[in-house]
Amino acid sequence: MPNTSSGPRVGLFVTCLADMFRPSVAFATVKLLEQAGCTVEVPERQTCCGQPAFNSGDRKTTAEIARQTIDAFDGYEYVVGPSGSCIGMLHQYPDLFDPTDPYFLQATALAARSHEITSFLFDVLRSDALEAQLKQLQFDHKVTYHDSCAGLRELGIKQQPRQLLSHVQGVELEEMDEAETCCGFGGTFCVKYPEVSNRMVSNKTDNISNTGAHTVLGGDLGCLLNMAGKLKREGKPVEARHIVEVLAGMTDTPAIGEADYNLAQQL
Amino acid sequence: MSSNKRSQTSRADIFANIRRGLKHDISESQRQQAVANRLSDKADNLIPARSQLPATEQVELFKVMAIEAAAELIELESIEQVPQACADWLADNQLNELNSASNAELSALDWSPLAQQQITRSERVAQAGDIASLTSSFAGIAETGTLMLHSSAQSPTTLNFLPDNHLVVLHRSAIVGCYEEAWKKLRQTFAAALPRTVNMITGPSRSADIEQTLQMGAHGPKKLIILLIKD
Amino acid sequence: MQINTPFFKQRAHDALADENLQKALAKLKTGFPEKRAIAVDRMPEFEQLRDEGRDLKNHILEHLDLYLEQFESKVIENGGHVHWARTTDDANQIILDICKQVDAKTVTKGKSMVTEEIGLNDFLEQNGVQPIETDLGEYILQLRHDHPSHIIAPAIHLNLEDVSEAFHANHNRPKSSDPAVLMQEAREVLREKFVAADVGITGANFCVAETGSTIIVTNEGNGDLTQTLPKTHIVVTSIEKVVPTLEDMTLFLRLLARSATGQEFSVYNTLSTGPRREGDQDGPENFHVVLVDNGRSEMIGTEFQDMLRCIRCSACMNHCPVYGAVGGHSYGWVYPGPMGSVLTPQMIGIEKGGMLPNASTFCGKCESVCPVKIPLPKLMRHWREDEFEKHLQPKAARYGLASWAFLAKRPALYKPYTRMASWLMKTWAGKNGRLKKLPLASGWTDWRDMPAPQGKTFMQTWKEQQKAKAGEQR
Repeated sequence: MPNTSSGPRVGLFVTCLADMFRPSVAFATVKLLEQAGCTVEVPERQTCCGQPAFNSGDRKTTAEIARQTIDAFDGYEYVVGPSGSCIGMLHQYPDLFDPTDPYFLQATALAARSHEITSFLFDVLRSDALEAQLKQLQFDHKVTYHDSCAGLRELGIKQQPRQLLSHVQGVELEEMDEAETCCGFGGTFCVKYPEVSNRMVSNKTDNISNTGAHTVLGGDLGCLLNMAGKLKREGKPVEARHIVEVLAGMTDTPAIGEADYNLAQQL
Repeated sequence: MSSNKRSQTSRADIFANIRRGLKHDISESQRQQAVANRLSDKADNLIPARSQLPATEQVELFKVMAIEAAAELIELESIEQVPQACADWLADNQLNELNSASNAELSALDWSPLAQQQITRSERVAQAGDIASLTSSFAGIAETGTLMLHSSAQSPTTLNFLPDNHLVVLHRSAIVGCYEEAWKKLRQTFAAALPRTVNMITGPSRSADIEQTLQMGAHGPKKLIILLIKD
Repeated sequence: MQINTPFFKQRAHDALADENLQKALAKLKTGFPEKRAIAVDRMPEFEQLRDEGRDLKNHILEHLDLYLEQFESKVIENGGHVHWARTTDDANQIILDICKQVDAKTVTKGKSMVTEEIGLNDFLEQNGVQPIETDLGEYILQLRHDHPSHIIAPAIHLNLEDVSEAFHANHNRPKSSDPAVLMQEAREVLREKFVAADVGITGANFCVAETGSTIIVTNEGNGDLTQTLPKTHIVVTSIEKVVPTLEDMTLFLRLLARSATGQEFSVYNTLSTGPRREGDQDGPENFHVVLVDNGRSEMIGTEFQDMLRCIRCSACMNHCPVYGAVGGHSYGWVYPGPMGSVLTPQMIGIEKGGMLPNASTFCGKCESVCPVKIPLPKLMRHWREDEFEKHLQPKAARYGLASWAFLAKRPALYKPYTRMASWLMKTWAGKNGRLKKLPLASGWTDWRDMPAPQGKTFMQTWKEQQKAKAGEQR
């Protein structure tokens, strides 16, 4: 679809995990934004939000990456990304700069116009057209939804993905126990404290499989890679997908960590 | 180094640390004024709507909350009925001793109903092994079904904790909505200094320290019986 | 108390394999949080109370010196004594001296985390004074020469059989496995101790500047017997516990029980003001307050000042998925859970305590339930910053971060690198869609598969598509 609409000009914050592991999540985000009338562009100079440095205590590097991101997204009406965690990090940028630093104001402005995709669709753009589009989709599965921590507690994302999902035909949402409890990913936490992380993700996969869901959905790839990796290791037959794949009707790609049958056939 | 010296040196160091760390964005006299105001105003913070009910509803709330906290509630028409109520309760529970606070209101009552049930009555500090005590209360706080008691020559604090059963007289007129009202009442009664001990008691003693299982009657009374007087 | 914090990982490993502990933790996970949620639902103003609690604590900390002075003068006016202890050593010596002055043989103790912090029990014992813990949980721990694993439910890591054995070994009574019988046994044994003790030591939840009172908040009644029966009552508490007025204390009381046990109000909220009055037939003849600093005054004005708002309710640990997985002893010192992960490095040094602020996913649950809204994840991150600046993190982690940062700051290098990494992982995974092993990522792949990348990076494909589109348009 050519970018000829008159809607807002949106800079896509791809997120490093979607970029490397699951481009389909970023493409689904683009599709949803374009369907909603946005002009989507992907600034070249983006890499990562800087969270690994921030949470490792390296403020200097974090601020450098923040400046780079602020510059990359200068001029866009909105910045939207498929991750509560990364967008949450963008919201932390003002904290990195002294209020006298010119970047402080820019960081504040960036934070104000940065949105996680489900929140952007539901809270900012909300339209009947979007609802109508979602109603044309079919996903005949029982699903359960994991609330990723940063999205939930930093950005207040709880009902938005559920509301959007409720329009998709065939979806049956079964809430799991402790849906709001951390899956144990935590960025570098999962490799620094692997045994503790493992216990947390094991609790999570138990709660997921206890719902009898076919698919676990979520809004953050870090958590999804963690949960999918554990489900696979345990041999639990639950698929994991990012919510935007369902909302954009792009569920023909293999779920996270699933064998690529197309590739298997080619080989 | 003597303890006194240690304390003095520590005090100087602690205050120096605090004052070094403070922001100093307002003047010292402003800080002192803010503290003086807060201490003299004794202003209320947020008081939940629940505890700002009309008086009659406060009594009902008190009863509900006290029972929820596992207290027993016996309603009496007048203070004169207290001896009979104590006698009945103790007899029902097959107990034959009552150690009472010695305030004028309780001492003046006709205690013959106890004797009729072969229950002995004493007025002394509590001892280990005491079976039951009777005290008055200073206030009832509806918000959480809480009793307020305080120490005095006539009401030793041990009466509230050592006996297995604690019977407490509460006048309906002493029930207030929230803790704040009880503090105001306490300040009116004790202008110079608070009594040594002010007890707020909400139900009988309990513990969940063994396998997170709630058991009633840890160290304090196993039963708390409120004798609520209509007045 | 011995510091085992540097061994967090090993202790966590052991804790995860301890079936009894895991059972207890599973119970905790549903116990306190569910009760708290119900209590909060019943109090529609709870969020507002949290805001007011935060603001009031901030006000107090900004005027801490003045409120402490006021509190001190009121205690003295009421006939009590105030002692100041900058270090744990100061505190122990001062308390011992008071005990010696009254020739104390035994001391009963109400529950107090500050006395754990200063290691009071060992110190008193070494100096010929026998401390007796009277809180049921603390008593069980003392019999077992154990330490609390939770700040309000100290024996949470033990099961019924542990208690039964400890009592049987110490009480010379028939062995029982009935919690009610065990509690009655403790009640009877400790009754004698309460009566015989020369000194009673309690903590304080708050110190009221207006009246010179201290308050303890308990459910068992042991703290009241501890402070009423002996001739001397020593309150051991810390400097940040001061509040201006009774009304101000009330704000925190409304928050405390609900956040802690989910109770509307704890059973016993007891204000103690000076020694017994003329004519009183019981109560202590001497009243001492020992105000412990142990690093707190140095937190004023630093990024850790917010931590001094803590009212020790335990909600953060009750809701913490890491605490819930490994229990309190893994943290290796007095204070566990998120509040411990901030406080412990302050008290034992970041060099020894660094494991704790790193042992968090920053999930934010702790902050969301904190009654005084302490930004616990942010404070843990501050410790990581401190570690980073002091070069305390493991070399591998530092180099890993530095190489990643080098690329992340250079988009032109970052893109080919990520393209290559994606392609490599995809190739290794082949048709499986996931990797069972991955070099340098065993922390991940020892426990879970690594889902493979889909192939090309998004940036790569996007660029190709844009070019193709541009070509079509031309």
